[in-house]
Amino acid sequence: MARFAVLVFPGTNCEGDVHHAIETVTGQPAELVWHKEGSLDGFDAAVVPGGFAHGDYLRAGGLARFSPVMEPLIRMAESGRAVAGICNGFQILQEAGLLPGAMLRNESLSYVCRDVRLRVEANSSPLTCGLEPGATLRMPVGHAEGNFRADDDVLEALEADEQVIFRYCDDGGEASDAANPNGSRNNIAGVRNARGNVAALMPHPDRAYEEALGGVDGRRLFESLHRFTES
Amino acid sequence: MTFRVRVLVRLRPSVYDPQGEAIRKAIAADPRLSAETVRQGKMFDLAVKADTPSQAKERAAAIASKVLANPVLEDFSVQVLLD
Repeated sequence: MARFAVLVFPGTNCEGDVHHAIETVTGQPAELVWHKEGSLDGFDAAVVPGGFAHGDYLRAGGLARFSPVMEPLIRMAESGRAVAGICNGFQILQEAGLLPGAMLRNESLSYVCRDVRLRVEANSSPLTCGLEPGATLRMPVGHAEGNFRADDDVLEALEADEQVIFRYCDDGGEASDAANPNGSRNNIAGVRNARGNVAALMPHPDRAYEEALGGVDGRRLFESLHRFTES
Repeated sequence: MTFRVRVLVRLRPSVYDPQGEAIRKAIAADPRLSAETVRQGKMFDLAVKADTPSQAKERAAAIASKVLANPVLEDFSVQVLLD
């Protein structure tokens, strides 16, 4: 059995979706963990869901890293257990220094809310370990700040080390400019850390895990996360 | 004593600023106005306890680098406001 922690900050709003997705898809127990908690002992994996943690004041995810739960989360990452972020959770993990890069305002300046297609780039992460590189998945994005930025040398290192796990692509699997919803460098939609146990993406697998939601491709990510905890 | 310290946070010059660019276009929409470039930033005024202005500046810089600016995208400057 694997136990999943779903972190909740003031302003997080996808914790219910993520909690339900984990329990529905993996059949494993998930628990909501308030940001004031000082311990994540006993959890095999943690997911930082989407929303607007601390109102996204200062910067998206910028204040969340000072919440008490971040200390055990960082320890969890250092111990090699799985840590995953979705949307605002991605921004929080970047701000905490657990993932590279930072998010700039979307190039269009608009909040983008629509389905996108993602190409799996590497299966060396907790969100992709059950997926085939080259496969494509469809799920929605909903963000105003998902424009992935990193300096040239950081970006080169990420690409060389296969730390890019998802790229926005068109229906043919091509990572084209037209398929890029926010202006992200190299069409980056998701990355992992160097060790391969922390990963995040901007799109929402928690909004695509049963037919009633309009798609099921997000299931594969939660299945991967479960699989990672058993490895 | 308490010093007033102003921190300016701005996107690093190499980082494209979509908001600044949108503002520049809005300015250009009025034929009487024009700006070659616009870069948007953030301003923070802090009250910092310190013994000297330079110590206040140092303390504000520590706050700026740890909290106010994200070094991946931004840099900052610190100025002690003397009345």
